[in-house]
Amino acid sequence: MATDTITGHARAPKFPWVPVLLYLTLGVLAFIFIMPLAVMVLTSVRPLEEIRTAGIIGIPQHVTFDAWGTAWNEACIASVCEGLQPYFRNSLAIAVPATLLSTILGAVNGYALTKFRFRGADTLMVLIILGCFLPLQAVLIPAAQTLSSLGLANSVFGLILIYAVYGLPFTTLFFRNYYVAVPDEIVRAATMDGAGFWRIFTQIMLPISWPIFMVSVVFQFTGIWNEFLFGVSFSTGASQTVTVALNNLVNTTFGVKQYNVDMAASLIAALPVLILYLFVGRFFVRGLTAGSVKG
Amino acid sequence: MTKKEGIAPSGLARSFDWAGLRRYLPAWFAVAPSLAALLVFVYGFALWTAYISLSASKMIPDFTFVGLRNYQRLWGEDRWTVAATNLVTFTVLYVGVTLAVGLLIAILLDQKVRLETPLRTIFLYPAAVSLVVTGISWKWLLNPGTGIEAFVRSLGWDNFVFDWIIQQHTVIFAVVIAAVWQQAGFVAVLLLAALRGVDGEMVKAARLDGAGPVRTYWSVIIPAIRPAFISAFVLLVAFALKTFDLVVAMTAQGPGYASALPSTFVYDMAFQRNQLGIASAGAVSILLFAAVIVLPYVIWEFRKTDGH
Repeated sequence: MATDTITGHARAPKFPWVPVLLYLTLGVLAFIFIMPLAVMVLTSVRPLEEIRTAGIIGIPQHVTFDAWGTAWNEACIASVCEGLQPYFRNSLAIAVPATLLSTILGAVNGYALTKFRFRGADTLMVLIILGCFLPLQAVLIPAAQTLSSLGLANSVFGLILIYAVYGLPFTTLFFRNYYVAVPDEIVRAATMDGAGFWRIFTQIMLPISWPIFMVSVVFQFTGIWNEFLFGVSFSTGASQTVTVALNNLVNTTFGVKQYNVDMAASLIAALPVLILYLFVGRFFVRGLTAGSVKG
Repeated sequence: MTKKEGIAPSGLARSFDWAGLRRYLPAWFAVAPSLAALLVFVYGFALWTAYISLSASKMIPDFTFVGLRNYQRLWGEDRWTVAATNLVTFTVLYVGVTLAVGLLIAILLDQKVRLETPLRTIFLYPAAVSLVVTGISWKWLLNPGTGIEAFVRSLGWDNFVFDWIIQQHTVIFAVVIAAVWQQAGFVAVLLLAALRGVDGEMVKAARLDGAGPVRTYWSVIIPAIRPAFISAFVLLVAFALKTFDLVVAMTAQGPGYASALPSTFVYDMAFQRNQLGIASAGAVSILLFAAVIVLPYVIWEFRKTDGH
C-alpha cells in the first residue's frame, strides 16, 4: 500500500497553519457541497407562508411534513392530481428490470469476450464499448420511430428496452475490466475438467463477480432512475418516469409557487438513489476504482 | 503486444478448426443478442440519423435527397450557433473546473484527514442526484430573488449581486456551477483511488531529493496518476456532450435562448418544431464532435490494454 508522507501531516510541527488551512478548505468545500441538499430538506418542512416572508434559505420556525404528503399523492402534474407516486412506481417498474437485464448481459459479454477470445473478439469489444460515448441525441429520432412502429411508444416496455440496450456498453466495459484481471488458467483448467461455457460462467465467474456486479447495478440504476432525455421523449401522461414528472411538476405549475412541495418532490425523486449510495456507495466506489484506474 | 494467449488451441492452423468452433460457438451465441441490439440501436440508428439529415424530412420522414442543405440551414440559425458556442464554453469550463476541484478534494482527502469517510460521502452524494434535481435546486439558489443573493442581502450587504442565472452572457457559467457541483466529488473519488495507488518509494525519493509538497505533487504524483486523469477527462467530455436535463430544469434554455445547448436544440427541432432534417443535422454535428474527442482515446486505451 502506498504511503502519503509528503503531506501537511508530516510537516505539521514546522508549519502549524498547514493543517488549519487543510481543514478550513475542506470545511468550506464540504459546506458548499452540502448546502443545496440542506436547503432542500429545510425548505421542504417549512410552511409556505414562512418561505414567502423569509426566503428559501433559512431555518424552519415551524416544522411540518404536509409538503411531503402533498408531493407524494396530491400535487398536480398537468391535470392529474395524484402526486409523484404513480410515476415513482413507473420508474421502479422500468429501472429494476432494465438494470438487471443490462447487468446480466454485460456480465455475459465481458466473460465471453475476455475468456473466449475468438477471432475478432477484441474488435467486437471496441465496437460495443464505443457505445459508451454515443451522444443520445444522435439516435433519438430513429429510436422514437422504431418504438412507435413496434407499438412500444409510451410504454414501460419501450423504456426498459431502450435503457437496457444503451446500458450494455457500460456494463460490458465494467465486466471486461474485471474479468481481464481473472487469470485465464482458471478457465483453462475448468475446460480441461470438461466444464462448458455456461457452467464455467455460473459456477466459477459469477461467484467471484459480486464487487463488479454491485458497480454495474448502482451505475445502471442511478443512470436509469435519473435519465431524462429518453424519458421525456418516449413517455408522456400516465407512463411518465418520476424524473420527467418532477420536471413537469416544478417547471410548469401555474399560480403560487409552492417551494416546499417542489423541494419535497425533488427529494422524493432523489431518495431511492441517495439511499442506494448511502448503503452500497462504498462498494460502488471500491469496485469502480479497482476496475478502472489500474493503469 | 502478445496476442491471444487465452485458451486458443494452437497448431490446428490450416485445416478447419472444429475443436475451436465447438469451444467458441457458445461464446458467439452468448454475445450475439447484445451485439445485434447494439449494431441496430447504436450504429444503425446513428446512420439512420445521418441519412435523415441529408433528406427533406420535416414532420414526417421524406427521403428526398437534399445534400447538405439541412446543415447549411442549421449553421445559419442563430439559435444553433449560440448553442454550439455554449457547448464549447460549457465543456471547457465544466471539464476543467471539475478536474481541478476534484483533484483539490482528492489531494486534501489524501492527507490522512480525520472524518475522511463522512467527508467523502458529502462530496460524493451529488453524483447520485439527477441533473433535473440538481437543476431545480441550483435554479433557486442562484435566483437573485430567492436564493443566495437575497440571503446575503438579508444579512445586511444590500449591494451584494449574484445574478449570473438571469443575465444572457453569464447564464452558462451558472449552469457550469451546478454541473461541477454534481460531478466533482465523483472525480475526486476516482482520483483519490489513483493517488493511493502511487508508488510510495517514488514519492520518498522525490522527498529525499529535497522536493517540497507542491513540487512533489506537481512533478511526481500528478504525472503518475495520468491514466486516471485521462479516464476522468474522457468521462466528463462524454457527460458534457450529453448535458440536456440540467439546462431544461435549471434555465429552460433562457433567458431567451442564451443557455441553449445543441442537445436542447435537437430536441426542440425534432419534437416541438417538427424539423426532423435540421434536428438530425444537429445530432450528427454533435456526434462528429464527440468522435473527434473520444475516438483517439478509445483506440489508444485498447491498444495499450490488449498488450497484457
